[in-house]
Amino acid sequence: MPEFERVSRIAAADAQTYELRLYVAGQTPKSVLALANLRQICEEHLQGRYEIEVIDLVENPQLAQGDQILALPTLVRRLPEPIKKIIGDLSNTERVLVGLDLRVRT
Amino acid sequence: MAARRELPKTLTGIRGFDEVTRGGLPTGRPTLVCGGPGSGKTLFALTFLVNGALQFEEPGVLLTFEENAEEMASDVASLGFDLPELIAAKKLAVDYVRVERAEIEETGEYDLEGLFVRLAYAIRTVGAKRVVLDTIESLFAGLKNDGILRAELRRLFSWLKDQGVTAIITGERGEGLLTRQGLEEYISDAVILLDHRVHDQVSTRRLRVVKYRGSHHGTNEYPFLIDAEGLSVLPVSSLALQHHAPLERVSSGVAQLDGMFGGKGYYRGSTILVSGAAGTGKTSLAAHFLDAACRRGERCLCFLFEESPQQLLRNMRSIGVDLEPWVTAGLLQFHADRPSRYGLETHLATMQNVVTAFRPTVTVIDPVTNLMTVGTSADVQAMLTRIIDHLKTENVTAMLASLTPGQYAVERIENISSLMDTWIILANEEVSGRHRRGLYVLKSRGMAHSNELREFVLTDAGLQVLDASGDPPARSRFESVPERWVEHAGV
Repeated sequence: MPEFERVSRIAAADAQTYELRLYVAGQTPKSVLALANLRQICEEHLQGRYEIEVIDLVENPQLAQGDQILALPTLVRRLPEPIKKIIGDLSNTERVLVGLDLRVRT
Repeated sequence: MAARRELPKTLTGIRGFDEVTRGGLPTGRPTLVCGGPGSGKTLFALTFLVNGALQFEEPGVLLTFEENAEEMASDVASLGFDLPELIAAKKLAVDYVRVERAEIEETGEYDLEGLFVRLAYAIRTVGAKRVVLDTIESLFAGLKNDGILRAELRRLFSWLKDQGVTAIITGERGEGLLTRQGLEEYISDAVILLDHRVHDQVSTRRLRVVKYRGSHHGTNEYPFLIDAEGLSVLPVSSLALQHHAPLERVSSGVAQLDGMFGGKGYYRGSTILVSGAAGTGKTSLAAHFLDAACRRGERCLCFLFEESPQQLLRNMRSIGVDLEPWVTAGLLQFHADRPSRYGLETHLATMQNVVTAFRPTVTVIDPVTNLMTVGTSADVQAMLTRIIDHLKTENVTAMLASLTPGQYAVERIENISSLMDTWIILANEEVSGRHRRGLYVLKSRGMAHSNELREFVLTDAGLQVLDASGDPPARSRFESVPERWVEHAGV
């Protein structure tokens, strides 16, 4: 993607509300860590304009198919579009920000 | 079927395969089915699932990673597999898994628990006993962390065992490995290799059981075919030989020849080989046989691999056998094809389909030896065994003409002669400028038959076998059966 387009998309995204969904399977160390990392990143970068929905697939296994979930934890950015998927415990903040289009890939 | 102390097995319902493996796949364990693109892996796996759902009351789960999974569903519909109907009836659950590497950012530790959740959910939904993962190696293209993937696959396969499901995992053939990602390292219970080669522009499919822990299995490569009825393996050495043997006799169409078989002709449902060099009268003998059957009102099928039906009709008319009315009456059907046109499995499939559709009581293949140019002798033998087996099962009396290259050479057919109930050898001799034809019944199982070498003539009133006590000068040259005729016969 050309640099200009990328930057302007980030600027546009800047003003939007983020609808985020975190898929986990029970209270595992990875899922707990992922949620904590996610909250911290959102507070720092998206204060006041994000929603986090945590979906536990142990309780709702039928929801895994719809978002094509394989790896856990998976964070799905449903809004702004396009849909983005970030897998892992979100401990690499840089990559999470790139994945959410909050930072240009370097 | 399974021998004692062997592991429990699950029937696949794939023709031939359950015989080769003495009962199917190991129950409750994963089996790796690998092969190159287009080798039939997916079809094998789907057949296992569909047969499970329809024939064995074992619902199944298909977890597919293929991009064209929907296309696949419509492809298998042509084989009579109605996946949507099975899904609606809760006999099958299908989950299409998509992994788009471009969409995914990897940010730390993860596992594939989501895949487990989906699989467990699908298994629970239909109460699955059978599971197919096709082709799980696609994950390696979608996710970057090979270490995690491998650990998770190992966990997945042992989890499948814990679920007690009989599973097929398909894998793409890799360089120097059975599968690209070395899945054979993780699945050690059973490994099946499918192969699709093209040799001399002719394609042949083969199947081999590479490994089957705790079980006896055939180790050969077995030809298999994919036709309108799906997939079937040709287990040459494991045919059950359980045809009933009727005592009814059918006329050869030549009275004197019937006389050589105790006055009654061939056994119905038997297989007769007629061999001889070019121009020895094989087709004439076959034409008499067809004519006699049609006169009895029986349906006859004639596969031609050399002449066209028109040529045959014309030539036979010259010896007073007019088959055309039978064709018109719908009693006689010709199928002419060039042997080189298809691979062996296609010929076999076509022939079986034609036999099934036309339901003949008599079938002629002329000359069967032309098929031998299509494949290796082992393949041809496998195919002929299958055809003969099929014909016998249907109680069809079959006559196979075999063209031998030299005057007496029979070695080309020695590998199929053991399948034959009756073997008639024809030969030409040139005696003092006179062309003489000889006929000899080399063997005829289960009946008294003449051991004499008899001279015969082709007249405009048909083939006539001369009296055994014919004119002395003629007999002198034909007084004994040349050693060369029988030395390769193995009878």
